Amino acid sequence: MTDPSPAPTWILLALAAPFLAALVAPTVHRLFGRAAAFALAAVPLAAFVGFLTLLGPVADGARLTTGFDWWPSYGVRFSLLVDGLSLVFALLITGIGTLIVIYAGGYMKGHPQAGRFMSFILLFMGAMLGLVLADDGITLFVMWEATSITSFLLIGFDHTRARARRAALQALVITGAGGLCLLAAVLLIGGATGTRTLSEVVATGDVIRGSDLYLPIFLLVLGAAFTKSAQVPLHVWLPNAMEAPTPVSAFLHSATMVKAGVYLLMRLHPVLGGTPEWTTVLPIVGGLTLLTGTLMAVRQTDLKLMLAQTTVASLGLLVLLVGVSTDAAIVGAVGYLLAHAFFKGALFMIAGTIDHEAGTRDVTKLGGLRKLMPITFASALVAAVSMAGLPPMIGFVAKEALYLGLDEAGRTALIAVAVAGNALMLVIGFAVALKPFLGPEVHTPKHAHEGPLELILGPIVLGAVGLGAALFLHGFSEIIVLPMAGAITGRPVEADLHLIPTYVSTPLILSIVTVALGVVAYLALTPLRAAVDAVVRGIGWGPDRGFDQIVAGLVGFASVVVRVVQPGRLEAYMAIVLGLAVVTLLAPLLLFGELPAWPAFPDLTAQEAVVILIAVSGLVAVVVARTRLTSIVSLGIQGFAVAVIFVLFGAPDLAFTQFMVETLSVVILALVLTRLALGERDHRPLRQKVVDAVIGGGLGLAFMLVLLKITQAPFDRTLTDFYDTYSRTIAHGRNVVNVIIVDFRGLDTLGEIAVVMITGLAILALVRVKARTPILPTPETGKRK
Amino acid sequence: METALSVLVGLFLATAFYLMLSKKIIRILLGVAVMGNGVNLLIFTSGRLTRELPPIIATDAYVLPPGAANALPQALILTAIVISFSFFAFLLVLAFRAYQDLGTDDTDAMRFAEPVVDDGPPQGY
Repeated sequence: MTDPSPAPTWILLALAAPFLAALVAPTVHRLFGRAAAFALAAVPLAAFVGFLTLLGPVADGARLTTGFDWWPSYGVRFSLLVDGLSLVFALLITGIGTLIVIYAGGYMKGHPQAGRFMSFILLFMGAMLGLVLADDGITLFVMWEATSITSFLLIGFDHTRARARRAALQALVITGAGGLCLLAAVLLIGGATGTRTLSEVVATGDVIRGSDLYLPIFLLVLGAAFTKSAQVPLHVWLPNAMEAPTPVSAFLHSATMVKAGVYLLMRLHPVLGGTPEWTTVLPIVGGLTLLTGTLMAVRQTDLKLMLAQTTVASLGLLVLLVGVSTDAAIVGAVGYLLAHAFFKGALFMIAGTIDHEAGTRDVTKLGGLRKLMPITFASALVAAVSMAGLPPMIGFVAKEALYLGLDEAGRTALIAVAVAGNALMLVIGFAVALKPFLGPEVHTPKHAHEGPLELILGPIVLGAVGLGAALFLHGFSEIIVLPMAGAITGRPVEADLHLIPTYVSTPLILSIVTVALGVVAYLALTPLRAAVDAVVRGIGWGPDRGFDQIVAGLVGFASVVVRVVQPGRLEAYMAIVLGLAVVTLLAPLLLFGELPAWPAFPDLTAQEAVVILIAVSGLVAVVVARTRLTSIVSLGIQGFAVAVIFVLFGAPDLAFTQFMVETLSVVILALVLTRLALGERDHRPLRQKVVDAVIGGGLGLAFMLVLLKITQAPFDRTLTDFYDTYSRTIAHGRNVVNVIIVDFRGLDTLGEIAVVMITGLAILALVRVKARTPILPTPETGKRK
Repeated sequence: METALSVLVGLFLATAFYLMLSKKIIRILLGVAVMGNGVNLLIFTSGRLTRELPPIIATDAYVLPPGAANALPQALILTAIVISFSFFAFLLVLAFRAYQDLGTDDTDAMRFAEPVVDDGPPQGY
């Protein structure tokens, strides 16, 4: 692998351009109307042409990087890498993106939010371009999540329908979870290799494979790839995403975004691939996905759902091929990825055109459109031939290549799976391309006619590309397929792709078997559909239902948690807070053996003992008082007792303040309480009283123990000595307490005065402002009126 | 002496928290008042106790005589007394107004901010 060389800086501009275009798209749409789509399509087209110029250097083995420091303190660079793999993806995104923007202009014509739609599509395009070009792992993660979010916006574009909202949420939840896996994987890769720069990571050879972190990294990468690329059983979001307008389905959910997972597997293949885990897990999951997708596709009658399920199947096939991990299989995967992007993008656009022009996309309600929509019919046929893997299309070349890869690897079971899957894919391809067009004319909701230029341009161009790639196979292989395969394997790859078989080989025989099986299945499509439908109904449960159950369970669980931790009862909150305070204070004392020593009996003077007893009796009286007046007076008793304690222990200032404050408290309390008709007694049941007493007593005990522990420790007089020494010499005051308050800590006192003032204002406001409408609750429920 | 006052602080705080666990707003208020005193005594005791000798420097001296009371906790408590009094006064008025507007002194019946919801969160998308 060659060392990276600097890339032209216009690549950064090419990446920024879709975002900037998204910013102005609504305005452009308002100004230019229908022509806006062509104006906006110039942005991805310019980027596409730019990327084309890089094909030459990259085919010669160059790896180009550029970027700037993004978050230097964490070593995060916004860096881009152009190699065989990312360049092909960039071309697909900008090329198909150009066609999609034009197509969307025709498809969304007259829609009130068409400008916003264009904006979302361009935002997605920028995010996807960033995803495949990212060289830094964190940049990759950010762009990965950006595609999830833009996909959410596009699926839920028609947000007034609950089904669209559900599909959008489902896609976001599943792919967002995968994004978190990716972040964790990137961080672990950084830990294992010492770098998060992908171009450096893929050059580390066997470091990750030999690391203890291999298995977690492998599983996290699978978590990211399988969610994004819709592998069983996480595939459910992809068929549901067909709620989005068709340009979205064609662009995100077949040609580009869903391949991000495959891209990730391909990108990390040089350092993760080839292990027993890789060559076991990937083919099994991919094979299951292939079979599930094709069988589910057979069951559908909606054109878009048929195509969506075969997209799931194709993604399974790609994962299977990447999992086989041999050079030939990788070449097959690259060929199939490209062929699929061409024919599936075209078929989706055709399905959208039929829906747009005929008013339905239910295959059982369509027929005989060949005369009304001849160009659409022709381009559908071309795409279906490629999808079926028949010559002279690139789909045939890809199928031969992938059969060769599986055959060379000697994975017989996988060959069987691939043949079955491809046969069913042929069935669906022709069902989509033939059923709506052949047979007698059927009455459709709208009077069907050929679509406008915007709608038919995309399928024509993609069909021509698919044909051209096969006809000029040698050049296509040299500048596109082999550089990409080389980037995936990490070393130059040799492969001999051929359109016309030169001798009777195993792949050719497999192709013939596939076609024969496919034709038989096509003829028996209706009974086959009924059979699959019956089986699915018989099972009656699928991951889609499972998703609903998980969401409902989560909401129910959240509701229970809220009801438990927020019952709306003050005493419950108090009990929890105070109970935890008891544990917090007592647990360290008990666990670490920090209990205070048993104290000697205090030698109190008579007056001290009397005052303490008065305070205790005041406390008891407050608790047991039967009338409010008694409790208020009792409150006064304990307050004055505290004041006397202050006097006895050398704090006359405190005592003075305490006397004043207690007097005021008692007077105000008496004034206010006489105006309330309050319940006299504490009506708690005995059990409640015992629980409260345990909590309150426990907390009192805990504070007592902590205080005993503190007073038994040696006393640090540093601060006290400071004030004692400088009170007179510096601050010129003899009363040390007063000097501290007004001089040394004067600002604290200012804050205290502010608190008192603010409280006073708040009290004034509470007293003066009368509630305009009484908000009396009903006593039974406490519900708001 | 510290031992005796530590026990007293324990009693003050136990009483205060027991009162605050009540449903009656007036008992909660009494609990807050008692807690203020308890906490002040706690600070006072943790600064160690000295009998009768206040931290005041004699006219002919420049530093405190040894054995004078610790001035620092006293300064803290002086601030705390004033703050806890204004806090108490605010709570008192708040309780009074709540009683006027909501017609109850039982915290269980005060469900204006957290109304009872019977029919759970909405299901679906």
